[in-house]
Amino acid sequence: MKIVYTDSLVIGAGLAGLRVAIASRMRGLDTLILSLIPSKRSHSAAAQGGMQASLAAAARGEGDNEDVHFADTVKGSDWGCDQAVARMFTHTAPKAIRELAAWGVPWSRVRAGDHQVVVNAERVTIHEREEAHGLIMARDFGGTKKWRTCYTADGTGHSMLYAMGNKAIELSIPVLERQEAIALIHDGDRCHGAVVRDLITGDLVAYVATATTIATGGYGHIYKISTNAVIVEGMGAAIALETGKAPLGNMEAVQFHPTAIVPAGILTTEGCRGDGGVLRDVDGYRFMPDYEPEKKELASRDVVSRRMTEHMRKGKGVKSRYGAHLWLDITILGKEHIEHNLREVKEICEYFLGIDPVNEFIPVRPTQHYSMGGVRTGATGESAGLRGLFAVGEAACWDLHGFNRLGGNSVAETAVSGMIVGEYVADYCEQTSVNIPTGVVREFLARETAHIDALVGRTSGENVYELRDGMQQIMMEKVGIFRNGGQLQEALDELQALLRRSRDIALRNRIRSSNPELVDALRLQRMLKLAITVTKGALQRTESRGAHTREDYPERNDREWLKRTLAYWRDETDEEPTLEYEDLDIMKMELPPGFRGYGVDTAIPHPETARRQEQIDEIKRSMPDADRYTLQKALMPFDLPAKYREKNERIGVGYS
Amino acid sequence: MSETRKRPLRLGCGGGRNLKFHIFRYNPQLPGDEPRMQTYEVEECEGMTIFIALNEIREYQDPSLQFDFVCRAGICGSCGMVINGRPDLACHTLTAKFSNREITLLPLPAFELIGDLSVNTGKFMRAVSERIEGWIQSAEADHVDFNRLEERMDPDLAEEIYEIDRCIECGCCISACGTKRMRPDFLGAVGFIHVARLRLDPRDQRSDDDWFDILGDDDGIFGCMSLLGCEDNCPKNLPHQTQIAFLRRKMALVR
Repeated sequence: MKIVYTDSLVIGAGLAGLRVAIASRMRGLDTLILSLIPSKRSHSAAAQGGMQASLAAAARGEGDNEDVHFADTVKGSDWGCDQAVARMFTHTAPKAIRELAAWGVPWSRVRAGDHQVVVNAERVTIHEREEAHGLIMARDFGGTKKWRTCYTADGTGHSMLYAMGNKAIELSIPVLERQEAIALIHDGDRCHGAVVRDLITGDLVAYVATATTIATGGYGHIYKISTNAVIVEGMGAAIALETGKAPLGNMEAVQFHPTAIVPAGILTTEGCRGDGGVLRDVDGYRFMPDYEPEKKELASRDVVSRRMTEHMRKGKGVKSRYGAHLWLDITILGKEHIEHNLREVKEICEYFLGIDPVNEFIPVRPTQHYSMGGVRTGATGESAGLRGLFAVGEAACWDLHGFNRLGGNSVAETAVSGMIVGEYVADYCEQTSVNIPTGVVREFLARETAHIDALVGRTSGENVYELRDGMQQIMMEKVGIFRNGGQLQEALDELQALLRRSRDIALRNRIRSSNPELVDALRLQRMLKLAITVTKGALQRTESRGAHTREDYPERNDREWLKRTLAYWRDETDEEPTLEYEDLDIMKMELPPGFRGYGVDTAIPHPETARRQEQIDEIKRSMPDADRYTLQKALMPFDLPAKYREKNERIGVGYS
Repeated sequence: MSETRKRPLRLGCGGGRNLKFHIFRYNPQLPGDEPRMQTYEVEECEGMTIFIALNEIREYQDPSLQFDFVCRAGICGSCGMVINGRPDLACHTLTAKFSNREITLLPLPAFELIGDLSVNTGKFMRAVSERIEGWIQSAEADHVDFNRLEERMDPDLAEEIYEIDRCIECGCCISACGTKRMRPDFLGAVGFIHVARLRLDPRDQRSDDDWFDILGDDDGIFGCMSLLGCEDNCPKNLPHQTQIAFLRRKMALVR
């Protein structure tokens, strides 16, 4: 039995995992990162468009601050998020950008003077202030009141990941590559680390740690077509679910990005529309203003994806052998802008479509993109069910995004939650002394060894790739953008049948060491549990909120559904999770539920909404001279690690 | 091989070319395994990339075939391999590019082989970062006052830095490098482009004297024979030639 001991074990080496590890290491803790791949190849690199932080240096960002970013995030979430977490996040985001600037990210900068941009398909001249010259620039993104998305041309995620990765190397943090955590070790109360399989040798090793942090990203590939990297298969969430103790939150909240290319499913950034690109139909007609006269192509992602699907259902899609699609038109932006600020888009179009977006339209359609659900944690990032288990970034349901995430808020969440949760992880390690339950460790190792033995030993049975295809097709067809009770029930039944069959997978290549088929088989059994959890959550949630859209329940129903789904997989022999619900307390909200501003307001109100609004109005009346910080504190106090509590400076307004 | 439920032997969409993939096979983990070439046939579809073809081979023909993909969009650098004689990213290579229907795939040379087409670029790249100390070295980076306005930077300079910050550490430059074959410890273009990027960045406070200690010998900038395999084979079209020439000139002026 091989055991490795450490203080802080981080599973996943993308931006969120790296930042937690950096925090642990800076606090003097022994720290290890496990990763499927080299850190700099993580899916964080794919964030092309940018990171939201209210620096307010760009002319169109003037007047921006934490309050505006907070309100955009809460509205974007369709009031499903944890508002205290949204406050923690928006307060720390400017610090994260500035820290990354000092660590080497070459953020695009403000250039004083006039420049031309495209807004609503027209060329507009914007004047950037002299005093802001050289500060960090921002661009427009969907669902935001201000230009708040900071960027490095179109390689934001790449440059952030390299700066952060190099910082981790400076701190000598080991990143153990080609290692997959296949089970969490726990005693029913506390997490003690993970059983880890070496993807080259096939050896199993127990990593025992005071704190274990899951930072493995989302679960996009339970769907057939996803913009996500191929390794994004939800394994962190799955091993948490399999403990039976750590709940997953809001798994039915799955985002579809409006503009992935057809057929490859590769993303073209929201920056295309942020910078002025428009959507067109089979007739070349720009249809979004008909549906959303105010925000048009820059409505929130869930809204644009639904409108596009609606328009295609009216027969206005462009037919192709890969199904219907629409056009993204960025020709209006001009060659220089595209080759400079949207080069990655240009390269993707050239390599994968053989077209030049300077002159030609890009075939796009809504495609699975982001997992709002994940390992449910409290505000400190600790699991709601197992002490010593933390989760961060897309893998977590910290709950910054509720039922819809704003563009630019995910890469921001990785860095920001990494900073915040990283401090809480370090606190936990310093304050906790652990007795290593070697018996428990041995049991978990034995269980996983037996599981692999059985899989490798089986001489006839199911084909892993056939089952995976089946799952991915079901999710696409029945648990997609528009959902209804009948199809969801069918999907649930079919997925459960696949789960039963998956217990009988036989490999064609029956070796224990480096064996991609074995890896896929182990993952598929877990992915099916996630797919079932998503589907059951969607079936039970009889309302439409954010990205979760029920054709049979089109209203947002605050009265009955202002709550978060918690899923537990209590027994290995279960065929579906047990769902519980956690109420969102309106009486503690800074921003009580209201109208998001798209289409017609059909929401069914919660009886407490009006009462809370009166309370808030009363507090505001009673403090006529209070500054925005004092007022905010009176409405909804929130906590942060001490080092992140200070105010943020902005050009022209100082710290006010 | 054991019995599994029946699946068609391969996909296909009717009427496509019959492609022949000749693929290097060797699993060092398997006692007694010998390096060899193996041929697979795949029916070409519109828009097929080597990523799509390899996955089809694994799922329908041979589940033991090892290769690495992550982003499959040309941005993460995982899938470098030698494709009909040239190192490139497999994910962004369309099969239609090859008028001859034969495609030969070999693992990138100069890296430790994991199995078949999979090589250990991660270990190599970490060592490069450690060797050149590839992080920003400044007092500011160690004690960031992130509440205050950030240090200003000229917008043109920020763009220039980003231009050479785009390296994705895929390893194609190392595999295409003649000097690397002769000098196992040669730093290579990936190291040089990172140094050029840091040297350009005013936030990094190292002087040319400091850089000379890292680069100033035949395993560094003076070893380059200017064969320019790096420039010719960089999937991101980075300006290796210019940067290497510039660094060499700067280093030659140091001592």
